[in-house]
Amino acid sequence: MTEEPSLRLDCLGLRCPRPIIELARQIGEVRVGALVEVLADDPAAGPDLAAWCRMRGQELVRSDPPRFWVRRSS
Amino acid sequence: MAQSSVPVFLDASSAEPLLPEAREAWLAAQDAGWGDPLRLHRAGRRAAQALDRTRAVVADAVGARPDEVVFTGSGAHSAQAAIAGLALGRRRVGAGIVTSAVEHSSVLSAAQTYGDAVTVPVDLLGRVDLGAWRAAVSAGGVALAGLQVGNHEVGTLQPFREAAEACRAADVPFVLDATSALGRTDLRDAGDWSVLVGSAAAFGGPPSVGLLVIRKGVRWRAPYPTDDYQGGRWPGLPDVPAIFAAAVALETWLADYDEVSARQHQLVGSLRRGLPRAVPDIDVAGDPDLRLPHLLTFSALYVDGESLTLELDRAGFAVASGSACSASSEHPSHVLAAMGALTHGNVRLGLTRTTTKADVESFLLAVPPVVEELRARLGAP
Repeated sequence: MTEEPSLRLDCLGLRCPRPIIELARQIGEVRVGALVEVLADDPAAGPDLAAWCRMRGQELVRSDPPRFWVRRSS
Repeated sequence: MAQSSVPVFLDASSAEPLLPEAREAWLAAQDAGWGDPLRLHRAGRRAAQALDRTRAVVADAVGARPDEVVFTGSGAHSAQAAIAGLALGRRRVGAGIVTSAVEHSSVLSAAQTYGDAVTVPVDLLGRVDLGAWRAAVSAGGVALAGLQVGNHEVGTLQPFREAAEACRAADVPFVLDATSALGRTDLRDAGDWSVLVGSAAAFGGPPSVGLLVIRKGVRWRAPYPTDDYQGGRWPGLPDVPAIFAAAVALETWLADYDEVSARQHQLVGSLRRGLPRAVPDIDVAGDPDLRLPHLLTFSALYVDGESLTLELDRAGFAVASGSACSASSEHPSHVLAAMGALTHGNVRLGLTRTTTKADVESFLLAVPPVVEELRARLGAP
């Protein structure tokens, strides 16, 4: 990603659902349209970030485990 | 939180508890049907008769001929034998083995072991993409393709008749995995399959009995050394009492499956509607209507599956989970991942033949406080 994320969350070593909880708690700190980078190496992080974004109306821009980029869309 | 004195067993997705009818049949067959069915003495002849009767029951249930029915050691053995045998019989054509992404793990691992696995994606409901399926089976070099009647975790029914037609058009043998559907839906005219697999555990028979039905004329070859038993399709002295009990279990379902399935469909429907009302942020997976009657999978956001399963057990409900670390696996359910469904906080229910409306209502009351407590414990937003 060339775009600089507004927030970087290091969730390496955290088991799901903790990375999702961290993202949910902190995404409100960036403005709508901004990018959040999540580092998460739990095997469930990929599918669960995608599902969380779908449920919450956010956008999973790119997945390259253990790095994920989520755009705050709402 | 309320403790239920008699635990409610809601894990028929793994195995339906042995039906009383099957247990009785097993005991009776231990007295009368224990012999070697290939022997000419009385005990052998009685065992052979029992085996003939069980083949007829299974054949009737799936619209096959009795001599096409084989009994293996488990559902997983049946899946492996079906896939390995077709891969061997068709090795001159190619090594491609096409399945959906949400098949049972025994099917997926057999496809990876015995050929070049090609996985067809599913939609958000877990239903296979028919266009991608048609393209995959007609791509050339495909030894066989396999699809389930309905998904074993989320219940979504697959377009298996259309999938079979596509295979017929491409001249590719089609394996129908009827495991979760046998005894619950009418499979006497289940389309143009070549090999059908099932497991007695799924309908309250002994888990040591797998069903393998191989149509005449299909290019299946035994992928292991065989002997004189079961027409050289599965080796070893058959466990006739267990097989007989399996057939009685299947007959028991078939006698009133429409009534039992309608009741279960309705009970699962009430949970599908009730859970999201009772608990915020619940993701109920699979097709709400076109589904197997007894299965339900849902995930609660910000909860871990292991704690959820253990707390529900303490509250008196035995359930399964597709979340990572909640079973024997480090990885979350491949079914949920393929669908794009939430994998953490997952609960998988399988209603049994005897699950009541009261059981379901008490479960609906038990879930909200458990989820609320676990969310608070994890500091969920």
